[in-house]
Order: sequence, then structure tokens, then C-alpha cells
Amino acid sequence: MNAVVLDHITKTYEAGKVLAVDDVSLEVAAGELFGLIGPDGAGKTSIFRILTTLLLPDKGTASVNGRDCVKDYKAIRRSVGYMPGRFSLYQDLTVAENLHFFATLFGTTIDANYDLIRDIYEQIKPFSDRRAGKLSGGMKQKLALCCALVHKPEVLFLDEPTTGVDAVSRKEFWEMLRTLKQQGITIVVSTPYMDEAVLCERIALIQGGKIMSVDTPASVIATFPVQLYAVKAANIYRLLTSLREDTAIDSCYAFGEYVHVTFRHDTDQDLPQWQQKLAAQGHEQVDVKKISPSIEDSFIRLMNEKQNVQP
Amino acid sequence: MNDDKVIVCEELTKQFGDFVAVNHISFDVRKGEIFGFLGANGAGKTTAMRILCGLSYPSSGKATVAGFDVYKQQESIKKNIGYMSQKFSLYENLTVTENIEFFGGVYGLSRPEIRKRSDRLVSKLGLTQEAKKLVGSLPLGWKQKLAFSVAIFHDPQIVFLDEPTGGVDPITRRQFWDMIYEAAATGITVFVTTHYMDEAEYCNRITVMVDGKVEALDTPGNLKARYQAASMDEVFYQLARGAKRSAD
Repeated sequence: MNAVVLDHITKTYEAGKVLAVDDVSLEVAAGELFGLIGPDGAGKTSIFRILTTLLLPDKGTASVNGRDCVKDYKAIRRSVGYMPGRFSLYQDLTVAENLHFFATLFGTTIDANYDLIRDIYEQIKPFSDRRAGKLSGGMKQKLALCCALVHKPEVLFLDEPTTGVDAVSRKEFWEMLRTLKQQGITIVVSTPYMDEAVLCERIALIQGGKIMSVDTPASVIATFPVQLYAVKAANIYRLLTSLREDTAIDSCYAFGEYVHVTFRHDTDQDLPQWQQKLAAQGHEQVDVKKISPSIEDSFIRLMNEKQNVQP
Repeated sequence: MNDDKVIVCEELTKQFGDFVAVNHISFDVRKGEIFGFLGANGAGKTTAMRILCGLSYPSSGKATVAGFDVYKQQESIKKNIGYMSQKFSLYENLTVTENIEFFGGVYGLSRPEIRKRSDRLVSKLGLTQEAKKLVGSLPLGWKQKLAFSVAIFHDPQIVFLDEPTGGVDPITRRQFWDMIYEAAATGITVFVTTHYMDEAEYCNRITVMVDGKVEALDTPGNLKARYQAASMDEVFYQLARGAKRSAD
């Protein structure tokens, strides 16, 4: 059974002037770790708020574990956990008080489902008497996750849990999600960090309210239609500038120390010859190679394709 | 003093009670350099940046920014730098033109000068159609590009960018870095923090702060070689993994 279904959902704001979610359909299987990958303004939060019954769609239907997001809102609220993008616990309550409050709200106790939150809660337990407002970013995030889990939800919705969090804490957070998934909870998580996409079982790439692709990360990468090359030189900016002037090149984007390049005619490039050509243009320490794309390469390509078909 | 250095820090320290937020940090930033300032949450980046922007006094140590002393010449520092962060950069309820005029005025440019530069900027950004629209109605990517342009509108010697690309789509993020390169090429020094490790690679040099101290300072290439890492992500992970502190 599908845990989450969105069927032609559209949502607008300001009397129809702002189109936030544009005819989106997708399904998340029970027990799946599913990622909504896209930048700010893509429509991720609107989708979460529709699924958690906090927002009514303009058009379309949505359901969570077979319950309709409009008619059965009470049942959904009892059975899902939601961690909003903005920290929304009570800042003036302590860590323990917040957790107790959320447990009581759902008619349960901290002890009843302690197994589920133990690994995460033990990390913040030394601070259980501290007010939530005085916690560090990483600890707030852990407390919010505990509060979203305390009633043992069937489906967990996490809206950008790792935004603004440093690279080390982000890795730890994804390890926690993997552990939760093993306990059978369906997880829908959103992120603007493309490198986190590969940590999900399936992903939806979303931009401007539209889903550009839904698949496993490996399949999204495999459908990249042309050969991708990576070029490096001592001065990245100068390299970018000359690559942009090359009419044979279709796209070139900086990815760390390399520039990723695709060609208009997808024929096999003579790498030594290309390297010589770049060296002749005055680039130093030139390196060229064939590479396989990342999710971010796919995302950029899909964004460009979409822009090109628009009027 | 070396004229080439636009920021000089020596043993710079900031203490809040017993807590040493910034612990004897020393580094130089050269003119026209893109200088990446990395660190885990709570490492002390924001505190150090606030001192360098003339918004907070250090507890001890020395620092000059654009040749001005962080203890005695805070106002001169503010006139010679630009600042942009992801959280605050422009007034959403003012139009594009009004924001440019406001910040131009704050930075002390004359009205005729503001008008001249404003027209040039609006057309360069391709915002002529949107000039009279409220900034709040612009897509995030445009806002960020406008915010950066406003931060360097008065030709500062240094621009401080605090996580300028958070949440921005991958194409806009790269267009934003084009603007950074362009500014650096005209001699503006760029001091930037980011959580995107690929962006760390675009910097000329990088510092990694851990628990209030500068744990590493070098070019991305040298750092990767020293830590035998394939990417800056790995370098950062190795350095920040041992951090004891975590805060906002």
C-alpha cells in the first residue's frame, strides 16, 4: 500500500497569483525513505502542509495511509509526525517539558514509545532541564525530531531538517533517519542539499512547483542523456570564461575544483587534443576526464530543459 | 605594514564570561582574494565576523580591516566594507530602486552618484522591468543577486558574505559565484562563509575554525593534499568531527 499519495495537487496563494504547487502527483510506498529535493520556493513546504492537513489544496486529492487529507484530517493528525522547517517547539519550556507536552497531546507517555526515541534522546538528556530556546542548533533539531516521534507516528514528515546545519551534524542526522527507517516508519524528508539525495531510496526533484523527475537516485543519474566531462585548471574562473566562449559546448557549470561540461554533439571527445587546446589558450595545470553525473548535474539539466520548453 | 593585506588578525580573542568564543586567531587576507571562512556551527565564525565588521569589540589581540583598527576605528571600517547575509539583506517592503537608494545613502554616496549607479546596476541585472516592484515579490535567486550588488554598490574594499547561497537553486548558486569572481577580479576582497563544500573549492584560501581556533588555513589544493582527502567535504569532516562545541 502507498503511505502517501498526491493526485494532481495544485496550490496557489494571493488569490491565484502565486502558483506554489503545480499539478503534482506522486506516491510514497509504506516504509520508504523518500526525498523531496529542491531549492527554496520549489513548493516543498506547501506539499508538507497539505499532507499534514494544515493547508487545503486548490485542486486535486491527497491521502496519508489511505486517509483523505481533507475529510479525515483528525485521523491523519493523530497518526503522523511533522517537523516543520522553522523551529516550532516551546522556547520557554525545558527539553523534558517539551517532550512531555507532545506526548500528552497525543494521549501517550514518553515511556510508552521510549525505544523509538532512545538513541536520539540520550544525546540531549544531559540538557533535559535546559529551556529549548537556549539549545544549540544541532540539539534543537534532535529535540524536534524526538517530539515528532514521541507518539510513534506511521509517517514522519521532515521539512528541511538539515538546512543551516554544518556538514558533520548533517551526516549524523541522516544516520538517525536510517535507523528510524529500519523500525518501519515511512519518512518523507525535504532538502535543498543535492548531495543528500543519494541517501534516500527514491527522490522527487522539484522546482517552481513542478516535479521534474521521480525515481531512485541511481535511475535519475542513469537517465542523464549525454556524456559528461570534467575539466580542471589552475584558475577556475578563467577556465569557465573560455569554456563559455566555445560554441561546441552545450553547458558548463563549476562543481568544486572541476567544471562539468557537455557538448552539443554528443560524440566521443579526443581528451588529449582538448587538453592541448586548453593549454594553448594559456590555462595551466589542465586536467580533463570523463565522469558520471551527480544528482546536481541531473537537476541542472532538467531545470534548463524545462526553461527551454517554456514559452 | 604590507599594503597588500586588507585584513590582519593577530591573536584575536573574544570572551563572553568564561566562554572563549574566539580563541587567539591569527590570519591575513590579501587584496582581491576570495577567502573562505568555514567551521562547524558554534565554532566562532559569526563572533569573529562581527568583530571584523566593526560590530563588536574583541577582548584581546589585534586586528585591522581595510587598514582601520577594530578597537578605535569601527565607523571607518563600516564605511569601507559591504555585508550581506542570507537572513537579512534587503527590505522586502521597499522596491528594487528604493532598496538601492536606501543602501547607497547609508553608505554615504551622493544623490546624483546613487542615481547614476542605480540605473547602471538595474540594467546590468536585467531588472529594468522590475525596478518599481517590491523586493518581496522577486524570486529568491534574484533577491540574492540584488543583495550582493547592493553590498558592493559603494565599491567597498572588502565584502563580507555570510552564507549567501543557502537554499538557492543550483544554477542561481553558480551565477552568484560568477558575481563573486567578477567582484574579486575588480580588486574587491571577498570574505565568505558557506555550508556548501563545493563552494569552498572556489576560494583562493580557506580557514577552518573548530572550537574557537583556526585549525587550518591554506589553499583548497594544499588542504586536500595535507589531509589526504579527495574533496573539501572530507577535509572539513576530518577537522570538524573532533569539535566539542555546537551552537548557532
